[in-house]
Amino acid sequence: MKSLTNRSKVVSNKKMTFWERIYFPAILNGMGITFGHLFRRKTTVQYPEVKREFSDIYRGRHVLKRDDEGRERCTSCGLCAVACPAEAITMVSAERKPGEEHLYREEKYSAVYEIDMLRCIFCGDCEEACPKEAIFLTTELVKADYQRENFIYGKDVLVEPADPAKRIDVSKRQTPEVIEFKKDKRYKHNR
Amino acid sequence: MVTQIIYKTLLASFILVLSLVVAMYSTLIERKVAGWFQDRHGPNRAGPWGLLQPLADGIKLFFKEEFMPASADKFLYILGPSLTMFVALLTSAAIPWGPDLVINGVAYPLQVADVNIGILYVFAILSIGVYGIMIGGWASNNKYALLGAVRASSQMISYELAMSLSIITIVMMTGSLSLREIVAQQQGFNWNIIYQPLGFLIFLICAFAETNRSPFDLPECETELVGGYHTEYSSMKLGFYLFAEYINMFISGAVMATLFLGGYHFPGLDKLGLSPNVFAFVSFMVLFTKITFFGFIYMWIRWTLPRFRYDQLMKLGWKSLIPLAILNVVITGVVILLNQ
Repeated sequence: MKSLTNRSKVVSNKKMTFWERIYFPAILNGMGITFGHLFRRKTTVQYPEVKREFSDIYRGRHVLKRDDEGRERCTSCGLCAVACPAEAITMVSAERKPGEEHLYREEKYSAVYEIDMLRCIFCGDCEEACPKEAIFLTTELVKADYQRENFIYGKDVLVEPADPAKRIDVSKRQTPEVIEFKKDKRYKHNR
Repeated sequence: MVTQIIYKTLLASFILVLSLVVAMYSTLIERKVAGWFQDRHGPNRAGPWGLLQPLADGIKLFFKEEFMPASADKFLYILGPSLTMFVALLTSAAIPWGPDLVINGVAYPLQVADVNIGILYVFAILSIGVYGIMIGGWASNNKYALLGAVRASSQMISYELAMSLSIITIVMMTGSLSLREIVAQQQGFNWNIIYQPLGFLIFLICAFAETNRSPFDLPECETELVGGYHTEYSSMKLGFYLFAEYINMFISGAVMATLFLGGYHFPGLDKLGLSPNVFAFVSFMVLFTKITFFGFIYMWIRWTLPRFRYDQLMKLGWKSLIPLAILNVVITGVVILLNQ
């Protein structure tokens, strides 16, 4: 029978030869292997001092982006919630009142936006579904907690700070298509 | 006479402290070596290079809860680890650690007791060692502990035979039971390992079994018996058991170096013309290096080989090692007879 991988080994119950039965050659061979490992480069990362770098497109906890003027980009369309395979996202939409133009970019916004981090599988489908460039996954980790309720992240955690210095950079996560799309000034939200 | 008594007391306490410190740091070295063999660093947080790790472990063990099973036999339960520790420390008395020190023209031997039946003493004490394990396992009133204890005792009996048989050849060659005499005859490069390679191999394998080290660590076999004979032990009682294992490693390394690797002798060392005390110190360091080498072998084997199955262990002991050891005795006898 042809094997699928080249890793399979033929197993046999043949009687061991004298050389094999005294075990010493095999033991010495094994000791040679372990001795070789003594001087190998260690794979340990000395954690608190050295942190392992995350990939630029690591899928950690989400962020709700603001635009350049500090207005929330999310328009509460619900496409992320639809796209979510784990059904982790829920939202309640609201209409923008006059005088709130500096807070929300579109006429509709989410008054409540919650992601259950215990349900979330960090697939990034929400990010892909979003037409407004509002939700992104970041390299930040979801912190451990003792209460299940604390894993439901609301807008207070998810929306990035308005202060330009504290914005979360997601430029590395944007695909070439997205960057190309952003250059198209025919669309209102690119202007 | 008084100075002799003071000197012996000092030497005995020095060796006691030495074995304890060596055992302490063996635990660190064991973990370090294990780490290196597995491409890790091993403990390196407590102090520089993890040098304070044994101290931290000791403090931890002392402060842990002293748990005793309600159905345990209280006296025997305490006697078990105490006996193991006591016996482990006792063996070092007969080992010659170096040539005589000379102070004010009086020679002071670097040996606590030059017993003329040194080998017998060492082996008698080693055999008592298993009682600590047996009593502890029995007194715990736990099936795993009992199984561990039963394994330890039968393993000890099986391997002690082959071990003693391999020693008989040394005694036949040397014509003496005194360890000092045996070392003296191996001066220069006249080491017993050259004349008794098979005996050395058998002794080495049996030493692994006697000290309950992997691949013969069936009495404590974590995978099958939880913790084996020390399942029910906690705090410093457990610490004593684990500690005794490392002391036993140190002592058995010393015994092996003494019997087979020329003790404190090193080729050409006695021709350097060193003053007696420096010579004694250097010789002691030579012996210590040999012991360290054996310690490393113990660890090397432990992190290389998987554990034997119990029937394999018994088969190896009774069907391979004992016949080989007897054969070795016969061959040695014939060669000695022909050379007369």
